[in-house]
Formats: sequence, structure tokens, C-alpha cells
Amino acid sequence: MTTVFGVPLAAILGQLMLGLVNGSFYALLSLGLAVIFGLLGVVNFAHGAFYMLGAFAAYVGLQFLGVNYWWALILAPLAVGILGVIIERLFLRHLYLLDPLYGLLLTFGIALIAEGAMRGVFGASGNSYPVPSLLQGGFNLGFMVLPIYRAWVVLASLAVCAVTWFLIEKTRLGARLRAATENALLVQAFGINVPLMVMITYGAGVALAAFAGVLAAPVVQVSPLMGTSLVIVVFAVVVIGGMGSLVGAIVSGLVLGLVEGLTKVVYPEASSIVVFVIMAVVLIWRPTGLFGRD
Amino acid sequence: MRLRAAYGVLVLLALTAPFLGLYPVFLMKLWCFAMFACAFNLLLGFTKMLSFGHAAYFGSSAYVTGWLVAVHAWHTLEAVLAGVAVALLLGVVIGALAVRRQGIYFAMITLALSQLVFFVCLQAEFTGGENGLQSIPRGSVLGLGLGEDRTMYYFVFACFAAMYVLILRIVHSPFGQVLKAIRANEPRAVSLGYKVNRYKLLAFVLSAGIAGLAGSLKALVLGFVTLTDVSQATSGEVILMTLLGGSGTFLGPVVGAVVVVTLQEYLSDLVGSWVTVIIGAIFVICVMTFRLGFVGEIQRRFAATRASIE
Repeated sequence: MTTVFGVPLAAILGQLMLGLVNGSFYALLSLGLAVIFGLLGVVNFAHGAFYMLGAFAAYVGLQFLGVNYWWALILAPLAVGILGVIIERLFLRHLYLLDPLYGLLLTFGIALIAEGAMRGVFGASGNSYPVPSLLQGGFNLGFMVLPIYRAWVVLASLAVCAVTWFLIEKTRLGARLRAATENALLVQAFGINVPLMVMITYGAGVALAAFAGVLAAPVVQVSPLMGTSLVIVVFAVVVIGGMGSLVGAIVSGLVLGLVEGLTKVVYPEASSIVVFVIMAVVLIWRPTGLFGRD
Repeated sequence: MRLRAAYGVLVLLALTAPFLGLYPVFLMKLWCFAMFACAFNLLLGFTKMLSFGHAAYFGSSAYVTGWLVAVHAWHTLEAVLAGVAVALLLGVVIGALAVRRQGIYFAMITLALSQLVFFVCLQAEFTGGENGLQSIPRGSVLGLGLGEDRTMYYFVFACFAAMYVLILRIVHSPFGQVLKAIRANEPRAVSLGYKVNRYKLLAFVLSAGIAGLAGSLKALVLGFVTLTDVSQATSGEVILMTLLGGSGTFLGPVVGAVVVVTLQEYLSDLVGSWVTVIIGAIFVICVMTFRLGFVGEIQRRFAATRASIE
């Protein structure tokens, strides 16, 4: 068996694959955070909670309503996105003129409500969600077995990230969005309905988190607390990448997932803190983040 | 004059509280969290720095004190000082990193680094991992045994009062005036020649140290330390206490701590995990409707009526 530094190659590749899967979730979540922050100036603490709600929507759909995985992939983000739109209308909208810290505190409260409610209804333990039959099993690559579902998670995330990037950077709608990010008042003066755009952007950003949640449901346990620790890692990813850049959010998400996977092979005890340590180093070296502009 | 009378009544109330039939351990817990919230308020209220990971200092100091007393049989006072020293040190390291960014970035950095502290506590040997530290003896201070609840109560209250006065002194000192200037307009403070980051770091370290003292005392009062004490949930609670009572006021954090700790004490038996939902809802209501907090709102009303009379 081939080994690298005394560790079997297959084990390293397996961990890297897992790291890439986590990295895909980081990328999807930090992309949504970056889009929302860009237009609303709100750091959405509830992002992890929406990811959790997406996973639960898929779980409940399958258990009680007979909604299969493929429909859940569309319906769960839609449902959670609508919830996001409602929250934007009812609460966030009234805070835009205030210090951005209030947006952070409000979404923190919303995250607590969502988590507590799910724990009250479903209990704190995890629920498992089956891998859809089409994506079961694995490819034998000769040197390792590649589980099909994990490959699918990475591909689907990358595709959604690419589409989001294209929508924002290359289309007319995206141009308006970027213009509103620079100067909302001026864009509104040109007759574009900025409040509507803001509302839809929040809904879409939140839907991205829910999409990541559905993708995650078969690989992690669906539990009320699944989003809490994730959102903190994603914050660190965003600080590392710099919040201003979409490509930065996607790339740093994927790379940090890989680094985490690699750490699991080399020094497992540090795998849960490596992202935070990297964040500290980046702050010393480049306080605005790797891709950030001030 | 009126303020002095109000303080007099409050101190009298605090001193007689153990004889009024209230459960002493609960009262001590109140003072610990009130001290914690006052420390946090030094940052949020007077410098507008939202630290989202203040449990790191509270909890690590609690762990150090608890471990030194329970495992190494240190004297209470020395163990508490060692805990505070660790909290100060953590404050220096995390603060130096976090003050490099402002506003929400500052919040995210403090949150991430406190999560790092949490994971270290989860994996380290001396913290007892998931079990935490159990049966920590209270020992004695200056020959007074703290095992008796009333003695412990006055010790904890004396510590709280000392820290409260210390924070009053800090805020009213020239240093505190600079902090308020930073709160009002940071770029202007920079342009006036103040080395803003040094002031912010010192405020951060002081706050971390006082939060550490609160954690150490809490460890002695309850006799145990668990991962909850360093967790993000505790960081969130201290934010809520300060916000609810009124950030930037002196008594606000105390009022907020009393409300939140009481709610938790009585609601957790009643509604179980729904208490998180209630805490979250209070957060939302607080941010949406009374951002000044209880004490802040009362002060505003008083100021308004006084203005209308004059």
C-alpha cells in the first residue's frame, strides 16, 4: 500500500474528500453571507440556523409528507427563502439605518428561536436521512473508493456557486445589485425598486444556506445544533477571505475545508481549531483578509 | 442626590438580602453574572466594541481557579488571582488580534477565537472534558471559612461592589473619556492623535480580567465548572443582559443580569428547552423596540420630563 509520511494514501485521500465536502458547505454558506452583507450590511448570524432548517425541511418532508430528496432540493430552499423574506420584511428592514451591530444581534436572536423551537419539537439528538438511491455506492478509482454522494455534494455546490457568481457578476440583474451595493440611494433614484431587491437578496442568500442543509442531510446527522458551530467556522472563513469578494468567499471556503481534512490526518486534535488559528495568522499578516478590500 | 439615595437603598437591600428568605446560592449567582455583565458593558457600552466571545475569559478563569483549588489544593485567594491572570493574558492575546478590525468584524473575530478556547477546553485534560470539574471546595479567605453560605455571600458581594466602583472610576477617568470619544467617533479620535488601538486593547484586557473574576467566583459559589461556562451560549447571555438592562448605563447590566438569571432559574424547570426560544424572542423584542434597555429608557424619560419642566 502506498503511504505518505507513514499514513496510507487512501486514508489521506478519504480525509481530503471529506474536507472538500465540508469546504463545499463553507463555500455555499460564506457566499450567501457575503451576498447578504454586500447589499444589506447585515452579518446574518441566523445563517447556520437556516442551514439547519433546510436540513430539517428535507427530513420532515421525507418522513411525513413523502417529499423525496430531489424535490426537497428545490422545495426546502424555497420554503426557507420565503421565511427569510418574511423576516426581512418584519424585522431587518427597520434596522438598516442603525448600527450594523443591531442586525447581528437580531439575527442572533432569530437563530436562538429557530434552534430552541426545533429542539423543543424534535429533541436534541440527531436524525439520519438516507442517501437517495440514485447516489448510493461508490466508484472504485483503483487507489480509493469514491462515495458517489460525496462527489455529488461537491459538484452540486460548485455548480450552484458558479451560477450565483454568474448571476451577480455577468447579468443585468447582477449589475443592478452591485450598483445598489455601492450606492443604494442613487440606484433607487434611477427608478429601480431597491427595497424589493434587498428583500429578494436576503431570501436568496438564506435559500443558499438551506440548499447546503439539504445537501448535508445525508452526510451529517440532522440535529437542531448542526448549524451553531458551523456558522462560527463560516464567520472565520469570511474573515480570512475578506467579506467583499464572492470568489474570495468560494475559494477560501473550499481551501479551508481541505486544510481541515488534511489536519485530521496529520494531527486530529487540532482539526477543529485549525481554521481559527489560520484566521489569527491572517489577521496579523493581512488584517483585511486575503481577498478583501477596505 | 437622588442617585446617591438610590445606591444607598440598593446596597442596603443587597446586604440584607440573605436574611429576606432568598436562596443565597441564587443571590451569589446573580452577583457573579452582574459582575460579568458590567465587565462586558465596559466594552459594548462605553467603547462600542461588541465582543461575541466573552465566555472565553469567564470560563477559562473559572476552570483555572476550580482546577487549582480542587486538584492542587491552592488557597482560594491565590487560585482566584491565578484565574484572573489567565483571563487577563487571554484578553491580551485575543484583544490584540481583534482590535485590528472594527465593528462587526471585531464581533466575528472575538466569536471565532472564543470558539477556539472552547475547543481547547473540550479536549484538554485538566478541564475534565464533557464532565467538567466537580466538587470544588470554597476554602477560606483571610481566615474566614467560605463554606458557610452567608460568609460566601458577603465575600462575593464585596468583590462585586469593588469591581462596580472600579468600572465607575475607569469610565470617569481621563482614560474613560478617551474610550467615550472612540465610541462617538473613532476616526476623529485617531485624527486627534490618540493611539486608538492601545486604548481599545487596554479596555478589552480590563474587561476580560473582570469577567475572569466573575467566572472564578461562580466556580467557587456553585462548586463546579462545565463547558457551558466557556460556550457561545454564555457569551450570548451576557450580551442579552447588557442590552436588556441598558448598555452604556452603570446599573443597566445589573438589572439585565437579575432579569435573565431569574428567568432562567424559574423557566428552565417550567418549559425545558423552550427557554432558548424565550431568550431569543427577548433578543428580538429588545433590538426592535427598546434598544436603550430598561435603565436607558428610564433615564431618557427622566431627561425628557426634566427638559419639559424647564
